[in-house]
Amino acid sequence: MPERRENSEPILEVRDLAKHFPLTQGILFKRQIGAVKAVDGISFDLYPGETLGIVGESGCGKSTVAKLLMNLERPTSGTVRYKGEDITKLSGRALKAVRRNIQMVFQDPYTSLNPRMTVGDIVGEPFDIHPEVAPKGDRRRRVQELLDVVGLNPEYINRYPHQFSGGQRQRIGIARGLALRPEIIVADEPVSALDVSVQAQVVNLMEQLQDEFGLSYMFIAHDLSIVRHISDRVGVMYLGKIVEIGTETEIYEHPTHPYTQALLSAVPVPDPETEDGRERIVLEGDVPSPADPPSGCHFRTRCWKAQQRCAVEEPALALPENFADTLPEQPVHHPSACHFAAERTAVIPPSSR
Amino acid sequence: MTETLNVPASASTDPQPDPSGADAKPAKGRSLWTDAWQDLRRNPMFVISAVLIVLLLTMVAFPGWFTSASPTVGDLTHHYQGEPRYTHFFGEDWFGYDTQGRSVWARMVHGARASVLVGVLVTLSVTLVGGIVGLVAGYFGGWLDSVLSRITDIFQGIPFLLGAMVVLTTFTKSNLWVVIAALLFLGWTQIARVARGSVITVKQSDYVHAAKSLGASTVRIMFRHIVPNALAPVVVVATTALGGYIAAEATLSYLGIGLAAPAVSWGVDVSNGKDALRTAPHILISPAVMVSLTVLAFIMLGDAVRNALDPKSR
Amino acid sequence: MTLLEVRDLHVDFQTRDGVVKAVNGVNYSVEAGETLAVLGESGSGKSVTAQAVMGILDMPPGRIPKGEILFHGENMLTMSKEERRKIRGARIAMIFQDALSSLNPVLTVGYQLAEMFRVHQGLGRKEAKARSIELMERVKIPAAKARVNDYPHQFSGGMRQRIMIAMALALEPDLIIADEPTTALDVTVQAQVMALLADLQREYNMGLILITHDLGVVADVADKIAVMYAGRIVETAPVKELYRAPAHPYTKGLLESIPRLDRKGQELYAIQGLPPNMAKVPEGCAFHPRCPAARDICRTELPPLAEVDDARGSACHFWKETIDA
Repeated sequence: MPERRENSEPILEVRDLAKHFPLTQGILFKRQIGAVKAVDGISFDLYPGETLGIVGESGCGKSTVAKLLMNLERPTSGTVRYKGEDITKLSGRALKAVRRNIQMVFQDPYTSLNPRMTVGDIVGEPFDIHPEVAPKGDRRRRVQELLDVVGLNPEYINRYPHQFSGGQRQRIGIARGLALRPEIIVADEPVSALDVSVQAQVVNLMEQLQDEFGLSYMFIAHDLSIVRHISDRVGVMYLGKIVEIGTETEIYEHPTHPYTQALLSAVPVPDPETEDGRERIVLEGDVPSPADPPSGCHFRTRCWKAQQRCAVEEPALALPENFADTLPEQPVHHPSACHFAAERTAVIPPSSR
Repeated sequence: MTETLNVPASASTDPQPDPSGADAKPAKGRSLWTDAWQDLRRNPMFVISAVLIVLLLTMVAFPGWFTSASPTVGDLTHHYQGEPRYTHFFGEDWFGYDTQGRSVWARMVHGARASVLVGVLVTLSVTLVGGIVGLVAGYFGGWLDSVLSRITDIFQGIPFLLGAMVVLTTFTKSNLWVVIAALLFLGWTQIARVARGSVITVKQSDYVHAAKSLGASTVRIMFRHIVPNALAPVVVVATTALGGYIAAEATLSYLGIGLAAPAVSWGVDVSNGKDALRTAPHILISPAVMVSLTVLAFIMLGDAVRNALDPKSR
Repeated sequence: MTLLEVRDLHVDFQTRDGVVKAVNGVNYSVEAGETLAVLGESGSGKSVTAQAVMGILDMPPGRIPKGEILFHGENMLTMSKEERRKIRGARIAMIFQDALSSLNPVLTVGYQLAEMFRVHQGLGRKEAKARSIELMERVKIPAAKARVNDYPHQFSGGMRQRIMIAMALALEPDLIIADEPTTALDVTVQAQVMALLADLQREYNMGLILITHDLGVVADVADKIAVMYAGRIVETAPVKELYRAPAHPYTKGLLESIPRLDRKGQELYAIQGLPPNMAKVPEGCAFHPRCPAARDICRTELPPLAEVDDARGSACHFWKETIDA
């Protein structure tokens, strides 16, 4: 809920986070010939108990953000502060201690579970690594409890991952993520590999677990409908940058960045009558390569509003000038990285039902 | 293969308890290896190959149990007239005599030692050396990978026969251990490459990322997550290569730089037999059949183990 | 005459675990200029049906024990191989989900397009190339003349899918079957590709069978929908009516279980359980173990596709109650 953020400290503070993957040439003596700017300076906060959604198209860097938060990649620059401590500089024991509190749910339930381990071994592995969490004799019971929590039969403890369907495997992955009682769960496309009728089950489970354990979620996905459903706040990414961020209502009902508007207008709504009354913004061309992003505003090459200024001056993610007089209660009052930010109605028509 | 085949049918009833009883087996202490053993025991391919290999190893350890004839002492009265007498099981003349009047059966029994030792020891050492190089290069990447990969390329570039000749001729006296060392020296690159590729593929799996984000140590990630999943292609290449090493020993012996005359090996016998191929083909065929059987047994074993270690194929 | 009519089609697969009945008596038809969407989850038989129509089913292990596929009134299943081959590609074309693996990576895009004209129409090298460039312009590939000599990997996902569409269009077929054509693409590109496909369909007055799991994509472009579950069509209706008042609990559940972009909503409705294992389809109505409205009759008796009105059908014993609810 949005009101949460006024009366509590952020649990995770991300500042100017960047990850550039070097492009190299040569076999033994490598020299750098460029860099893929997968994440190019992003900042956001995550508050206790909230869900922050990150949406964007493939190649926008959202999965790299997940890896950076999980310390699976070291950032090129910037900081990730967990309760005030910069975790990107940690290693060894200190890093291991922080990891207990930040866990991840992966996209592909077919590759995120070791096929040669039983479900019991997979869900119990966190206890092997952090033996202080559960005494040895208690582990089997704890694992069965976790399976029960995620809606799996605790008797399945000796089965192998391949004996389960995609949705069940995703539940196993969630159980593993929950084992150490983390405060933050980073979920990278957790339902996009699942069948439509199973997606809802997993989304509901995640919401229920959030309430039960007071978890904070970073929910990274390309599906804007699911992100709206689960998120309290949403950040929109394009080519390594967050272009607009705000509460779910601010982003979905009052987007001010042209990319957000185009993205929203492109999502088909499963209702032909709503579809008929909608305006479609069809973007030209493809997303440029993150190895060679356009100067100034990254979106300008596909933007219908682009002007000379956009090519020279990079817009900052802040409250746009033309909304400077709006009150904080007004939904347009949120950061948007566009020189010509403006509201545009009829991107999402009001629901017909 | 077994009745545990394809269980998903029963898994589809979740989240209700599963009444179908597909999991009726006692559940205590099941691990990958115990499950693999359960599977292997019921696999006829494994049983046949295991029996063959056990027989072979017994022959290597206790040749006296199989024949009382000496492989090196020949009676020239048998020279060239030693037609095999296939009804004389385990007798001295069971497979006839060779050109120098020595019992072919006795030579087959005693020759097993050299061939099997070369095959097994070279395979083991090659897998160990190549596996470690591949694991380290693939897992750590970066400059370490560059250096190790280039070294591998250099070794791969050495022509096999030329390399073996150079290595073996630098030693004045060539024995079994020198041959094994030479084959290891030239053979480890093949495994290192396969292992490296396999490790790199597995390293990118999400379950490795998951283990890392749980704070698992490097050793744990390597041996619990990467090695078991990267092993299959290495096992396959190694078992196929085993036959190749036995053949390589034969080739080197034939060229006179491997094992030499007083030593007994199938390779030496094959090269001896070729001179009399038209008149007495049994001298060549008998050890050749032994080589083929041995190679086949190890390939079958490797295949069965690979299947058993992969729960998906069960 | 109806462009394509599938009548009582059955498809089996012989597997180690026995015979899997992937398609069990599917009926549908497409007219020229019409778009039929076949909606279903993985394993529902939607793609297998299309492969049978296209004649690219792997046989064995596949088998068509029963049914008719009438193309312009002629049964394709009784035709000779040669006759079918002439229809495939030239009169019925197919677009796949994964454009990268559908294109040969070692041949230029231009060569692969030109090949269609050279093989089917016997055009010369130069003429075929000119036609390919024309076709690439048709599907709005920028700088077609320059890019005709590029290889598939040099194109982006959206551009590759356009090339696939160009290939499908090359011989101006009467019918296009598109199997999840935009699933692998990003939303903004998805919208471009669907718009292109719809435009071209109008222009050439082609029939289009759109196979998808995405209820959103369907809402936008389809004229009528067939919803498949466990190898059968469980509901068929004109698109607007289906969304307004679904007549089968599965359709209803699907519509309620997807989050909507245009509203926040509370907890999602989740269809219980999992799609059935096709080797062990439940008796009676295949959906009954997951259906909130299931009664005794549903467990024993297979509901026929009942006529709701002239244009609609529902394979539910209680379609009246479902539609009114």
